[in-house]
Amino acid sequence: MLASIIASGLAAGAIYALVGITYNTMFSTSRVMSFTAGQLAMLGGVLGSMFTLRLGLPTLAGFGLTLFSCAIIGVITEFVAVRPVLKSLDQHLYVLSTLAIALMIQQVAAIEWGTEPRPFPRLIGLGSGVWDEKFWLPVGACAITIAGLEYLYRRTLVGRAFIAIAEDNFAARALGLPERSLRVASYALAGIIGAMAGYSGGELMLAFFANGALLNFYGFVPVALGGLGNNRGAIIGGVSLGLYQQAANFLVGGIFSSVAVFTLFIVVLLAAPQGLFGSASARRV
Amino acid sequence: MSAVAAAPAHGEAPPSYSVLPQVAPFLGVLAVAITLPFISNDYWILIGTRAAIYWVLVSGLNLVVGFAGHLAIGYVALLALGAYSTSVLVAGNVLPPLPVFGALPIAAIVGAVFGVIVGLPALRLRTFYFAMSTLGFATIVTQIALAWQSVTGGGIGIAGPEFPEPFNTAQGFYYLCIAFAVAATCLTANIAHSRFGRGLIAIRDAEVAAEASGISKPRVLVAIFVLAGALAAIAGGLFASLQTYITPDAFTFDLSVLFFIAILLGGRGSILGPLLATIILTILPEFAAPLAAWSTFLYAVLLLVIVLAMPGGIAALLDFRNRRPLATHRTILPNPAALGGVMRKTIGQRTLSLRGITLSFGSVQAIAGLDLDVHPAKIHGLIGPNGSGKTTTLNVISGYYSANAGTMNLGADVLPPGRPVLRAGKGIARTFQTPRLIGEATVLQNVMIGGTIEGQATFAETLLSLPRNRRDERRLATKAVDMLGIVGGMAALAEVRADRLQHSELRFIEIARALMLDPDFLLLDEPAAGLSGDEIDRLAALIRAISGFGTGVLLVEHHADLIFAICDEVTVLNLGRVLAAGTPDEIRSHKDVVSAYLGA
Repeated sequence: MLASIIASGLAAGAIYALVGITYNTMFSTSRVMSFTAGQLAMLGGVLGSMFTLRLGLPTLAGFGLTLFSCAIIGVITEFVAVRPVLKSLDQHLYVLSTLAIALMIQQVAAIEWGTEPRPFPRLIGLGSGVWDEKFWLPVGACAITIAGLEYLYRRTLVGRAFIAIAEDNFAARALGLPERSLRVASYALAGIIGAMAGYSGGELMLAFFANGALLNFYGFVPVALGGLGNNRGAIIGGVSLGLYQQAANFLVGGIFSSVAVFTLFIVVLLAAPQGLFGSASARRV
Repeated sequence: MSAVAAAPAHGEAPPSYSVLPQVAPFLGVLAVAITLPFISNDYWILIGTRAAIYWVLVSGLNLVVGFAGHLAIGYVALLALGAYSTSVLVAGNVLPPLPVFGALPIAAIVGAVFGVIVGLPALRLRTFYFAMSTLGFATIVTQIALAWQSVTGGGIGIAGPEFPEPFNTAQGFYYLCIAFAVAATCLTANIAHSRFGRGLIAIRDAEVAAEASGISKPRVLVAIFVLAGALAAIAGGLFASLQTYITPDAFTFDLSVLFFIAILLGGRGSILGPLLATIILTILPEFAAPLAAWSTFLYAVLLLVIVLAMPGGIAALLDFRNRRPLATHRTILPNPAALGGVMRKTIGQRTLSLRGITLSFGSVQAIAGLDLDVHPAKIHGLIGPNGSGKTTTLNVISGYYSANAGTMNLGADVLPPGRPVLRAGKGIARTFQTPRLIGEATVLQNVMIGGTIEGQATFAETLLSLPRNRRDERRLATKAVDMLGIVGGMAALAEVRADRLQHSELRFIEIARALMLDPDFLLLDEPAAGLSGDEIDRLAALIRAISGFGTGVLLVEHHADLIFAICDEVTVLNLGRVLAAGTPDEIRSHKDVVSAYLGA
């Protein structure tokens, strides 16, 4: 049992962590928490299944198209729901505008794809039992994403520009960084990361429209645990959440695992509102 | 000048405070609702019943979303909770079967408890976190309803409660739901138009000022969550009865979206708007069958349009009063002589004293060992170059910052550090460097917020609008109108939205709000900034009159003329330290001060 808890916990945790990173990637350049994060991951599963199983494309082409479509949706989100409300960030209108986009995505998926969970293609066909690919694929995707982001942020000029904008938007703009294009790029990147989460977790979670709302919440818990914009916190938080949830699932049953997660969420928010790895809030007066 | 000429004399009742124009639209809706069964068929009665049930929930949610500004997107969970609680109690799955009118109050209590639990994150964090916690709760309630088969019947479901005669017919049940809707409207309207409702808007739009006025966010919010949760659960009980049979599928997230969007479409801080929006959104999908499947998509588009194009919603469209042009060339004309009518008659005995206050932000020392005494009935000026720690000192006194070292005393009492909400109760009021008013509220409401802690009626009394609450309201409104007249001759502007006024007027309104407290000490943070020369002279006379009635004033200013003209004592700060302290004459000739200011 321990082996299955760890296998499914790590897999679910990796998916949650990736959704958390999706939130963070959008947040870092725009200070906006977007409800589309979970929906992007849902689309990763639904589009992956659609391109490969329904349209019969080769796996690699299906994968590429999935990532591309989600990147486009990320960019659309930036143009429609984020850019117009950025000037009044303190009114938190982005909560509503991104929620509207998320609802549209979910509704279109529900109507065009159907409200039943549908199978996701077996990608490689490697492993069985606790070593089944449906468990290690998300973990692998998470590791690749982390490595890719580390390379991007530390070794490339674009990545450093991302960090500069996240650290101090005004200063970055004063230095002549193309803040707007970088923001659009970060939303495309978030789309890709979200799609990775959904695609790699497709065999585990199936191609199901309701995964969007679910992942919106489960992917946000790691962000709340780790602190806004903190990717390392999101990974630690995501993996712990996955293990915690699966342990509760196996030990006390399905009803209480979701209660346990919700309780954890509330308790952490009350005990450490800035997240366990976050920094204190700015001055108010 | 015309606005000033029209100002009512001191002591007169607030202008246009009559109730009828506000109530008339509600009576109109009610009249239509009552006649509906006579002019239509069972199908429309069903739609009407549904709208009434939704409104019972939305009216409570409106206080959370529209007034307190907390984005609760998952309230369908509380509807589900109420529906299941009522059904299970009536069916007798857990306890002996109860009559439905016994089960509903219990369901309301369950809803209230969970309303508070879901709302807990909102007490410390804003917006996205609370939105997420309600979304998370919505997700798990459905999962639990599916999994807890012995009680909820799982995916098969459970029969909804049946109401006794005469409510067991479509028409009888319709009128019952209308009665609940009317009650919900009255209860929430009573709260909305009381100091609690104003406090909610203040927390939403000017949280810092709300704290300075002594409004405790947790206390108000918890009360609201209790009310909204209870109303949602009652709506759930009615909903279960309407459905006759409930399964987890009945509580889709789409419903939550409808509730939430009804409020935003209706407009924040309004009751009529969300009521109309609830009716519209319930009827909308009925007009065209193809729309029904796409209704959520439609709501989402609507949401985007509201956010991007008409943030005021229906309420803003109906707000004819604030479309009337204001008089131009308004002049602020304080009438300090009338202060005696509303202010204290005895001079306070206690001195506000700071000793050795030290505060640093990281490696920056903002205040380094500050000693300061503010005496009753004296004006104490605090001046210094930018970054010398003036506003920081005010913030330490008002409790927004806790000093690293040093003590604050009010007479013999210690002033607890870092507790801004307690300051109003201690008789300390303040204004802010940039006026912190609620743009969407009227001037009168803004001023009344200053007197919040004087209210005596409890939340329950307010809910039912008992005499003590009405007395509170009348007294506060009268005092606020008087105060507007005294502080700036602005009583005629009482019913105008604050965001339509000009900057100098906002400064004086802030002073009026602070004076509502009848404070022992008044902290003014650059009150003359942005005022014209004439206005500064009038401000000087006003401040002097305020101190003349016994209030100790601590005045932070850059206008040296004003400081030297009216202060009894002046403290000069530089880089967080006291550079000089003394009478204005001593300061004016102090050579360190001259060099700090002139750089010589």
